[in-house]
Amino acid sequence: MNNPQLNARGELQHLLSVEGLPRETLLHILATADSFVGLTDRDVKKVPLLRGKSVFNLFFENSTRTRTTFEIAAKRLSADVINLNINTSSTSKGESLLDTVDNLSAMHADMFIVRHASSGAPYQIARHVTPHPHLHVVNAGDGRHAHPTQGLLDLYTIRHYKKEFSQLSVAVIGDVLHSRVARSLIHGLTTLGVPDVRVIGPKTLLPAGVEQLGVKVFHDMNKGMAGVDVVAMLRLQNERMNGPLLPSAQEFFKSYGLTPEKLALAKPDAIVMHPGPMNRGVEIDSAVADGPSSVILPQVTFGIAVRMAVMSILAGN
Amino acid sequence: MIAHMTTLPDAEKLYAELLRQVRPQVTPDTGVIGIMTGGAWLAERLHRELGIQQPLGVLDISFYRDDFDQTGLSRNVKPSQVPFDVQGRHVLLVDDVLHTGRTVRAAMNELFDYGRPGKIELAVLVDRGGRELPIAAQYRGGEFAVPNEHVLVLDRGDTGNFTLTLSDRHRERK
Repeated sequence: MNNPQLNARGELQHLLSVEGLPRETLLHILATADSFVGLTDRDVKKVPLLRGKSVFNLFFENSTRTRTTFEIAAKRLSADVINLNINTSSTSKGESLLDTVDNLSAMHADMFIVRHASSGAPYQIARHVTPHPHLHVVNAGDGRHAHPTQGLLDLYTIRHYKKEFSQLSVAVIGDVLHSRVARSLIHGLTTLGVPDVRVIGPKTLLPAGVEQLGVKVFHDMNKGMAGVDVVAMLRLQNERMNGPLLPSAQEFFKSYGLTPEKLALAKPDAIVMHPGPMNRGVEIDSAVADGPSSVILPQVTFGIAVRMAVMSILAGN
Repeated sequence: MIAHMTTLPDAEKLYAELLRQVRPQVTPDTGVIGIMTGGAWLAERLHRELGIQQPLGVLDISFYRDDFDQTGLSRNVKPSQVPFDVQGRHVLLVDDVLHTGRTVRAAMNELFDYGRPGKIELAVLVDRGGRELPIAAQYRGGEFAVPNEHVLVLDRGDTGNFTLTLSDRHRERK
Protein backbone atom coordinates (compact mmCIF):
# COMPACT_ATOMS: atom_id res chain seq x y z
CA MET A 1 0.00 0.00 0.00
CA ASN A 2 1.15 3.54 -0.73
CA ASN A 3 1.85 6.03 2.01
CA PRO A 4 -1.66 6.54 3.46
CA GLN A 5 -0.73 10.10 4.47
CA LEU A 6 -0.24 11.34 0.91
CA ASN A 7 -2.78 11.69 -1.88
CA ALA A 8 -2.24 10.70 -5.51
CA ARG A 9 -0.47 14.03 -6.18
CA GLY A 10 1.95 13.42 -3.29
CA GLU A 11 0.27 16.08 -1.12
CA LEU A 12 -0.54 15.63 2.53
CA GLN A 13 -3.99 14.05 2.88
CA HIS A 14 -3.80 12.99 6.53
CA LEU A 15 -1.21 13.57 9.22
CA LEU A 16 -0.78 10.22 10.94
CA SER A 17 2.89 10.07 11.83
CA VAL A 18 6.14 11.91 11.18
CA GLU A 19 7.61 8.61 10.03
CA GLY A 20 7.26 8.31 6.29
CA LEU A 21 6.81 12.01 5.63
CA PRO A 22 9.20 13.39 3.05
CA ARG A 23 11.69 16.00 4.17
CA GLU A 24 10.04 18.64 1.92
CA THR A 25 6.68 18.04 3.61
CA LEU A 26 8.20 18.55 7.06
CA LEU A 27 9.97 21.73 5.94
CA HIS A 28 6.78 22.99 4.28
CA ILE A 29 4.84 22.58 7.53
CA LEU A 30 7.56 24.35 9.55
CA ALA A 31 7.78 27.22 7.04
CA THR A 32 4.00 27.64 6.98
CA ALA A 33 3.93 27.74 10.78
CA ASP A 34 6.28 30.76 10.65
CA SER A 35 3.48 32.80 9.13
CA PHE A 36 1.03 31.79 11.85
CA VAL A 37 3.36 32.66 14.74
CA GLY A 38 3.15 36.37 13.88
CA LEU A 39 -0.67 36.46 14.03
CA THR A 40 -0.60 36.74 17.82
CA ASP A 41 0.66 40.34 17.56
CA ARG A 42 -2.43 41.49 15.69
CA ASP A 43 -5.75 42.93 16.85
CA VAL A 44 -7.55 40.01 15.26
CA LYS A 45 -5.73 36.73 15.80
CA LYS A 46 -7.87 34.78 13.36
CA VAL A 47 -7.55 34.18 9.63
CA PRO A 48 -10.49 33.08 7.47
CA LEU A 49 -8.84 30.01 5.87
CA LEU A 50 -11.13 27.34 7.33
CA ARG A 51 -14.30 29.44 7.47
CA GLY A 52 -17.31 27.16 7.04
CA LYS A 53 -15.29 24.00 7.75
CA SER A 54 -16.12 21.68 10.64
CA VAL A 55 -13.32 20.21 12.70
CA PHE A 56 -14.24 17.37 15.04
CA ASN A 57 -12.03 16.67 18.03
CA LEU A 58 -12.47 12.93 18.57
CA PHE A 59 -10.79 12.20 21.85
CA PHE A 60 -11.18 8.54 22.71
CA GLU A 61 -8.57 9.15 25.40
CA ASN A 62 -8.62 12.17 27.70
CA SER A 63 -6.18 14.98 27.11
CA THR A 64 -7.43 18.43 27.98
CA ARG A 65 -4.19 20.13 26.98
CA THR A 66 -3.82 18.62 23.52
CA ARG A 67 -7.52 19.00 22.79
CA THR A 68 -7.39 22.65 23.82
CA THR A 69 -4.42 23.45 21.59
CA PHE A 70 -6.15 21.84 18.61
CA GLU A 71 -9.32 23.70 19.43
CA ILE A 72 -7.53 27.06 19.62
CA ALA A 73 -5.66 26.34 16.39
CA ALA A 74 -8.88 25.43 14.55
CA LYS A 75 -10.71 28.48 15.91
CA ARG A 76 -7.87 30.81 14.87
CA LEU A 77 -8.40 29.39 11.38
CA SER A 78 -12.11 30.28 11.71
CA ALA A 79 -13.28 26.65 11.63
CA ASP A 80 -16.24 25.44 13.63
CA VAL A 81 -14.97 23.08 16.30
CA ILE A 82 -16.98 20.27 17.78
CA ASN A 83 -15.48 18.47 20.78
CA LEU A 84 -16.52 14.90 21.34
CA ASN A 85 -15.43 13.21 24.49
CA ILE A 86 -16.12 9.73 23.28
CA ASN A 87 -15.37 8.01 26.58
CA THR A 88 -18.61 9.34 27.89
CA SER A 89 -20.78 8.98 24.80
CA SER A 90 -21.44 6.51 22.01
CA THR A 91 -18.72 3.94 22.62
CA SER A 92 -19.94 3.46 26.15
CA LYS A 93 -23.27 2.55 24.56
CA GLY A 94 -21.44 0.01 22.40
CA GLU A 95 -21.09 1.85 19.09
CA SER A 96 -18.02 0.80 17.11
CA LEU A 97 -15.27 3.27 16.23
CA LEU A 98 -16.07 3.16 12.54
CA ASP A 99 -19.81 3.57 13.09
CA THR A 100 -19.06 6.71 15.07
CA VAL A 101 -16.89 7.92 12.20
CA ASP A 102 -19.60 7.16 9.62
CA ASN A 103 -22.12 9.16 11.58
CA LEU A 104 -19.84 12.16 11.83
CA SER A 105 -18.96 11.91 8.14
CA ALA A 106 -22.67 12.04 7.40
CA MET A 107 -22.74 15.31 9.35
CA HIS A 108 -20.29 16.69 6.75
CA ALA A 109 -17.19 16.80 8.87
CA ASP A 110 -14.13 18.23 7.14
CA MET A 111 -11.48 17.11 9.59
CA PHE A 112 -11.09 14.63 12.42
CA ILE A 113 -8.51 15.21 15.15
CA VAL A 114 -8.12 11.77 16.70
CA ARG A 115 -6.62 10.80 20.05
CA HIS A 116 -6.84 7.11 20.87
CA ALA A 117 -5.24 4.76 23.37
CA SER A 118 -4.71 2.12 20.66
CA SER A 119 -1.81 2.48 18.25
CA GLY A 120 -3.11 2.59 14.71
CA ALA A 121 -6.65 3.81 15.39
CA PRO A 122 -6.18 7.05 13.36
CA TYR A 123 -4.87 4.93 10.44
CA GLN A 124 -7.99 2.82 10.59
CA ILE A 125 -10.15 5.94 10.48
CA ALA A 126 -8.11 7.44 7.63
CA ARG A 127 -8.51 4.25 5.60
CA HIS A 128 -12.20 4.18 6.36
CA VAL A 129 -12.84 7.72 5.09
CA THR A 130 -11.06 7.16 1.75
CA PRO A 131 -14.42 7.56 -0.09
CA HIS A 132 -14.47 11.17 1.15
CA PRO A 133 -11.43 12.84 -0.41
CA HIS A 134 -12.14 16.13 1.36
CA LEU A 135 -12.08 14.55 4.80
CA HIS A 136 -8.75 14.77 6.60
CA VAL A 137 -7.50 12.97 9.69
CA VAL A 138 -4.92 14.29 12.14
CA ASN A 139 -3.41 11.93 14.68
CA ALA A 140 -3.34 13.67 18.05
CA GLY A 141 -1.64 10.71 19.72
CA ASP A 142 -2.25 7.00 19.29
CA GLY A 143 -1.13 4.54 21.94
CA ARG A 144 2.64 4.28 22.10
CA HIS A 145 2.95 4.90 18.40
CA ALA A 146 3.00 8.54 17.33
CA HIS A 147 2.12 12.10 18.21
CA PRO A 148 3.11 13.88 15.03
CA THR A 149 2.05 17.44 15.86
CA GLN A 150 4.05 17.27 19.09
CA GLY A 151 7.05 16.01 17.11
CA LEU A 152 6.57 18.82 14.59
CA LEU A 153 6.32 21.49 17.26
CA ASP A 154 9.51 20.13 18.82
CA LEU A 155 11.19 20.40 15.42
CA TYR A 156 9.82 23.92 15.00
CA THR A 157 11.17 24.91 18.42
CA ILE A 158 14.61 23.47 17.64
CA ARG A 159 14.73 25.28 14.30
CA HIS A 160 13.60 28.53 15.94
CA TYR A 161 16.49 28.52 18.42
CA LYS A 162 19.17 26.66 16.47
CA LYS A 163 18.35 27.71 12.87
CA GLU A 164 20.01 24.70 11.20
CA PHE A 165 19.53 20.98 11.76
CA SER A 166 22.69 19.81 10.01
CA GLN A 167 25.17 20.37 12.86
CA LEU A 168 23.12 19.46 15.91
CA SER A 169 23.42 17.01 18.77
CA VAL A 170 20.05 16.21 20.29
CA ALA A 171 19.46 14.07 23.39
CA VAL A 172 16.04 12.50 24.01
CA ILE A 173 15.88 11.53 27.66
CA GLY A 174 13.66 9.33 29.80
CA ASP A 175 10.87 6.89 29.12
CA VAL A 176 11.36 6.35 25.40
CA LEU A 177 9.63 2.97 25.56
CA HIS A 178 6.16 4.37 26.27
CA SER A 179 6.59 7.68 24.50
CA ARG A 180 4.86 8.44 21.23
CA VAL A 181 6.42 11.90 21.45
CA ALA A 182 9.93 10.42 21.38
CA ARG A 183 9.20 8.32 18.32
CA SER A 184 7.77 11.23 16.34
CA LEU A 185 10.65 13.51 17.30
CA ILE A 186 13.36 10.96 16.48
CA HIS A 187 11.88 10.30 13.03
CA GLY A 188 11.68 14.01 12.36
CA LEU A 189 15.24 14.67 13.47
CA THR A 190 16.71 11.91 11.33
CA THR A 191 14.59 12.95 8.30
CA LEU A 192 15.84 16.52 8.62
CA GLY A 193 19.45 15.37 8.75
CA VAL A 194 20.39 15.87 12.41
CA PRO A 195 23.72 13.99 12.53
CA ASP A 196 23.75 13.12 16.25
CA VAL A 197 20.55 11.91 17.92
CA ARG A 198 20.99 10.25 21.31
CA VAL A 199 18.51 8.49 23.55
CA ILE A 200 19.26 8.34 27.25
CA GLY A 201 17.39 6.18 29.71
CA PRO A 202 17.40 2.98 31.77
CA LYS A 203 17.40 -0.29 29.81
CA THR A 204 13.89 -1.02 31.05
CA LEU A 205 12.50 2.17 29.48
CA LEU A 206 14.21 1.96 26.09
CA PRO A 207 12.56 -0.12 23.35
CA ALA A 208 14.52 -3.13 22.12
CA GLY A 209 16.37 -2.32 18.92
CA VAL A 210 16.04 1.44 19.39
CA GLU A 211 19.44 1.80 17.64
CA GLN A 212 17.68 0.92 14.39
CA LEU A 213 16.03 4.35 14.44
CA GLY A 214 19.50 5.80 13.83
CA VAL A 215 20.23 6.91 17.37
CA LYS A 216 23.08 6.39 19.84
CA VAL A 217 22.02 4.79 23.12
CA PHE A 218 23.30 5.89 26.53
CA HIS A 219 22.36 4.51 29.93
CA ASP A 220 24.68 6.91 31.73
CA MET A 221 23.15 10.38 31.50
CA ASN A 222 26.44 12.09 32.38
CA LYS A 223 28.03 10.59 29.28
CA GLY A 224 25.05 11.12 27.02
CA MET A 225 24.63 14.80 27.89
CA ALA A 226 28.15 15.76 26.88
CA GLY A 227 28.12 18.65 24.41
CA VAL A 228 24.48 18.41 23.26
CA ASP A 229 22.66 21.41 21.73
CA VAL A 230 19.15 20.26 22.52
CA VAL A 231 17.80 18.35 25.53
CA ALA A 232 14.38 16.82 24.92
CA MET A 233 12.97 15.52 28.19
CA LEU A 234 10.11 13.02 28.21
CA ARG A 235 7.34 12.70 30.72
CA LEU A 236 7.50 9.76 33.09
CA GLN A 237 3.94 8.57 33.29
CA ASN A 238 2.60 8.17 36.80
CA GLU A 239 1.77 4.51 36.37
CA ARG A 240 5.44 3.73 35.55
CA MET A 241 6.83 5.38 38.64
CA ASN A 242 6.10 2.54 40.98
CA GLY A 243 5.68 -0.19 38.39
CA PRO A 244 8.01 -3.11 37.76
CA LEU A 245 10.27 -1.16 35.36
CA LEU A 246 11.63 1.29 37.93
CA PRO A 247 12.67 1.09 41.57
CA SER A 248 11.07 4.47 42.42
CA ALA A 249 10.53 8.01 41.19
CA GLN A 250 13.33 9.20 43.47
CA GLU A 251 15.75 6.66 42.02
CA PHE A 252 14.78 7.74 38.53
CA PHE A 253 15.40 11.38 39.35
CA LYS A 254 18.85 10.55 40.73
CA SER A 255 19.92 8.85 37.52
CA TYR A 256 17.88 10.54 34.80
CA GLY A 257 16.37 13.71 36.25
CA LEU A 258 17.59 16.88 34.56
CA THR A 259 19.34 18.95 37.23
CA PRO A 260 21.44 22.10 36.74
CA GLU A 261 24.55 19.95 37.28
CA LYS A 262 23.63 17.55 34.49
CA LEU A 263 22.57 20.40 32.20
CA ALA A 264 26.01 21.96 32.71
CA LEU A 265 27.45 19.05 30.71
CA ALA A 266 25.55 20.18 27.60
CA LYS A 267 26.64 23.12 25.44
CA PRO A 268 26.32 26.47 27.26
CA ASP A 269 23.57 27.59 24.86
CA ALA A 270 21.69 24.29 24.94
CA ILE A 271 17.88 24.46 25.05
CA VAL A 272 15.66 22.28 27.24
CA MET A 273 12.31 21.02 25.93
CA HIS A 274 9.52 19.07 27.58
CA PRO A 275 6.18 18.09 26.01
CA GLY A 276 4.27 18.61 29.29
CA PRO A 277 2.72 18.04 31.66
CA MET A 278 5.93 18.04 33.70
CA ASN A 279 6.65 16.02 36.81
CA ARG A 280 8.89 18.42 38.69
CA GLY A 281 11.41 16.52 40.76
CA VAL A 282 10.89 13.31 38.76
CA GLU A 283 12.26 13.90 35.27
CA ILE A 284 13.17 17.57 35.62
CA ASP A 285 14.35 19.84 38.43
CA SER A 286 12.37 23.07 38.89
CA ALA A 287 15.61 25.06 38.64
CA VAL A 288 15.97 23.79 35.06
CA ALA A 289 12.29 23.90 34.12
CA ASP A 290 12.08 27.56 35.12
CA GLY A 291 15.68 28.39 34.17
CA PRO A 292 17.14 30.37 31.27
CA SER A 293 17.69 27.30 29.05
CA SER A 294 14.05 26.22 29.23
CA VAL A 295 11.93 26.72 26.10
CA ILE A 296 9.02 24.71 27.48
CA LEU A 297 6.46 27.52 27.35
CA PRO A 298 7.51 28.77 23.90
CA GLN A 299 6.91 25.16 22.77
CA VAL A 300 3.27 25.55 23.77
CA THR A 301 2.94 28.80 21.81
CA PHE A 302 4.63 27.33 18.73
CA GLY A 303 2.37 24.28 19.06
CA ILE A 304 -0.66 26.38 18.12
CA ALA A 305 1.06 27.75 15.01
CA VAL A 306 2.27 24.29 13.94
CA ARG A 307 -1.23 22.82 14.34
CA MET A 308 -2.66 25.72 12.34
CA ALA A 309 -0.11 25.00 9.62
CA VAL A 310 -1.00 21.29 9.53
CA MET A 311 -4.75 21.93 9.42
CA SER A 312 -4.54 24.60 6.73
CA ILE A 313 -2.27 22.52 4.50
CA LEU A 314 -4.57 19.49 4.89
CA ALA A 315 -7.76 21.46 4.28
CA GLY A 316 -6.32 22.88 1.07
CA ASN A 317 -5.33 19.47 -0.36
CA MET B 1 7.96 33.63 -25.59
CA ILE B 2 4.95 35.28 -27.13
CA ALA B 3 4.51 37.88 -29.79
CA HIS B 4 3.63 41.03 -27.91
CA MET B 5 6.58 40.67 -25.51
CA THR B 6 8.29 43.37 -27.54
CA THR B 7 5.50 45.84 -26.89
CA LEU B 8 5.83 45.64 -23.09
CA PRO B 9 6.48 49.01 -21.49
CA ASP B 10 9.67 49.84 -19.65
CA ALA B 11 9.05 49.07 -15.97
CA GLU B 12 11.51 51.74 -14.86
CA LYS B 13 9.55 54.41 -16.74
CA LEU B 14 6.32 53.16 -15.17
CA TYR B 15 7.95 53.31 -11.78
CA ALA B 16 9.11 56.90 -12.34
CA GLU B 17 5.56 57.87 -13.27
CA LEU B 18 4.13 56.11 -10.21
CA LEU B 19 6.63 57.87 -7.95
CA ARG B 20 5.69 61.22 -9.50
CA GLN B 21 1.99 60.64 -8.81
CA VAL B 22 2.43 59.36 -5.26
CA ARG B 23 5.03 61.89 -4.03
CA PRO B 24 2.70 64.83 -3.30
CA GLN B 25 0.09 62.57 -1.68
CA VAL B 26 2.09 61.01 1.15
CA THR B 27 3.65 62.25 4.38
CA PRO B 28 6.49 60.67 6.38
CA ASP B 29 3.73 59.21 8.58
CA THR B 30 1.97 57.37 5.76
CA GLY B 31 2.05 53.60 6.21
CA VAL B 32 3.45 51.95 3.07
CA ILE B 33 2.60 48.27 2.65
CA GLY B 34 3.66 46.09 -0.27
CA ILE B 35 1.88 42.91 -1.34
CA MET B 36 4.35 40.08 -1.80
CA THR B 37 6.34 39.56 -3.85
CA GLY B 38 6.45 42.16 -6.62
CA GLY B 39 4.45 44.73 -4.67
CA ALA B 40 6.86 44.41 -1.75
CA TRP B 41 9.81 45.24 -4.03
CA LEU B 42 8.01 48.30 -5.34
CA ALA B 43 6.95 49.37 -1.86
CA GLU B 44 10.52 49.00 -0.60
CA ARG B 45 11.77 51.41 -3.26
CA LEU B 46 8.88 53.86 -2.86
CA HIS B 47 9.37 53.81 0.89
CA ARG B 48 13.04 54.72 0.48
CA GLU B 49 12.65 57.31 -2.23
CA LEU B 50 9.66 59.00 -0.57
CA GLY B 51 11.47 59.30 2.76
CA ILE B 52 8.71 57.53 4.73
CA GLN B 53 9.47 57.45 8.48
CA GLN B 54 7.19 54.57 9.44
CA PRO B 55 8.82 51.18 8.85
CA LEU B 56 7.85 49.32 5.70
CA GLY B 57 5.03 46.76 5.85
CA VAL B 58 4.60 43.62 3.76
CA LEU B 59 1.56 41.40 3.32
CA ASP B 60 1.46 37.80 2.16
CA ILE B 61 -2.22 37.39 1.41
CA SER B 62 -2.19 33.56 1.20
CA PHE B 63 -4.46 33.19 4.26
CA TYR B 64 -7.06 35.52 2.73
CA ARG B 65 -7.27 34.25 -0.84
CA ASP B 66 -10.76 33.49 -2.10
CA ASP B 67 -9.60 30.46 -4.11
CA PHE B 68 -8.25 28.42 -1.17
CA ASP B 69 -10.89 25.74 -1.75
CA GLN B 70 -9.79 25.30 -5.37
CA THR B 71 -6.05 25.70 -5.08
CA GLY B 72 -5.12 24.98 -1.46
CA LEU B 73 -2.52 26.79 0.51
CA SER B 74 0.40 28.38 -1.30
CA ARG B 75 3.57 26.28 -1.10
CA ASN B 76 5.53 29.34 -0.17
CA VAL B 77 3.73 31.39 2.46
CA LYS B 78 5.83 34.10 4.07
CA PRO B 79 4.97 35.94 7.27
CA SER B 80 3.16 39.26 6.87
CA GLN B 81 4.68 42.15 8.78
CA VAL B 82 2.94 45.40 9.61
CA PRO B 83 5.38 47.06 12.01
CA PHE B 84 3.33 50.18 12.71
CA ASP B 85 -0.08 50.91 14.17
CA VAL B 86 -2.66 50.75 11.39
CA GLN B 87 -5.41 52.35 13.46
CA GLY B 88 -6.53 55.65 11.90
CA ARG B 89 -3.50 55.82 9.60
CA HIS B 90 -3.27 56.72 5.92
CA VAL B 91 -2.11 53.47 4.31
CA LEU B 92 -0.66 53.21 0.82
CA LEU B 93 -1.13 49.66 -0.44
CA VAL B 94 1.33 48.80 -3.22
CA ASP B 95 1.15 46.03 -5.80
CA ASP B 96 2.91 45.38 -9.07
CA VAL B 97 0.03 44.40 -11.35
CA LEU B 98 -3.67 45.14 -10.85
CA HIS B 99 -5.79 42.54 -12.65
CA THR B 100 -8.93 40.92 -11.20
CA GLY B 101 -8.78 42.93 -7.97
CA ARG B 102 -9.01 39.77 -5.87
CA THR B 103 -5.53 40.15 -4.41
CA VAL B 104 -6.32 43.70 -3.32
CA ARG B 105 -9.59 42.53 -1.74
CA ALA B 106 -7.65 39.90 0.22
CA ALA B 107 -5.00 42.44 1.25
CA MET B 108 -7.64 44.87 2.54
CA ASN B 109 -9.32 42.11 4.54
CA GLU B 110 -5.97 41.17 6.07
CA LEU B 111 -5.14 44.81 6.80
CA PHE B 112 -8.33 45.27 8.79
CA ASP B 113 -7.27 42.45 11.09
CA TYR B 114 -4.42 44.73 12.20
CA GLY B 115 -6.77 47.64 12.94
CA ARG B 116 -9.03 50.18 11.24
CA PRO B 117 -7.04 52.34 8.84
CA GLY B 118 -8.06 55.96 8.38
CA LYS B 119 -7.74 55.70 4.62
CA ILE B 120 -6.39 53.07 2.22
CA GLU B 121 -5.13 54.03 -1.21
CA LEU B 122 -3.82 51.71 -3.88
CA ALA B 123 -0.69 52.26 -5.98
CA VAL B 124 0.14 49.85 -8.81
CA LEU B 125 2.85 49.75 -11.42
CA VAL B 126 0.52 48.44 -14.13
CA ASP B 127 -3.23 48.26 -14.47
CA ARG B 128 -3.79 45.43 -16.94
CA GLY B 129 -7.62 45.54 -16.86
CA GLY B 130 -9.78 42.43 -16.37
CA ARG B 131 -11.35 43.47 -13.09
CA GLU B 132 -13.71 41.01 -11.40
CA LEU B 133 -14.35 43.22 -8.36
CA PRO B 134 -15.20 46.92 -7.96
CA ILE B 135 -11.64 47.94 -7.13
CA ALA B 136 -9.61 50.79 -8.62
CA ALA B 137 -6.08 52.13 -8.13
CA GLN B 138 -5.58 55.78 -7.16
CA TYR B 139 -2.03 55.78 -8.56
CA ARG B 140 -0.97 53.87 -11.66
CA GLY B 141 2.39 53.78 -13.43
CA GLY B 142 0.56 52.82 -16.60
CA GLU B 143 -2.25 50.92 -18.22
CA PHE B 144 -1.57 47.96 -20.43
CA ALA B 145 -4.18 45.49 -21.63
CA VAL B 146 -3.04 41.89 -21.37
CA PRO B 147 -5.17 38.97 -22.59
CA ASN B 148 -6.61 36.94 -19.72
CA GLU B 149 -4.63 33.77 -20.27
CA HIS B 150 -1.28 35.54 -19.92
CA VAL B 151 0.58 36.41 -16.76
CA LEU B 152 2.34 39.72 -16.34
CA VAL B 153 5.18 39.49 -13.83
CA LEU B 154 7.49 42.04 -12.28
CA ASP B 155 11.12 41.03 -11.92
CA ARG B 156 13.84 42.73 -9.96
CA GLY B 157 17.40 42.56 -11.33
CA ASP B 158 20.66 42.37 -9.40
CA THR B 159 20.96 46.16 -9.36
CA GLY B 160 17.38 46.56 -8.09
CA ASN B 161 16.06 47.58 -11.53
CA PHE B 162 12.55 46.53 -12.50
CA THR B 163 11.50 44.67 -15.63
CA LEU B 164 8.17 43.29 -16.76
CA THR B 165 7.80 39.92 -18.42
CA LEU B 166 4.81 38.24 -19.96
CA SER B 167 4.32 34.52 -19.98
CA ASP B 168 1.60 32.29 -21.32
CA ARG B 169 1.81 29.74 -18.56
CA HIS B 170 -1.20 29.45 -16.32
CA ARG B 171 -1.24 31.64 -13.30
CA GLU B 172 0.97 30.14 -10.65
CA ARG B 173 -1.27 28.50 -8.14
CA LYS B 174 0.86 26.52 -5.77
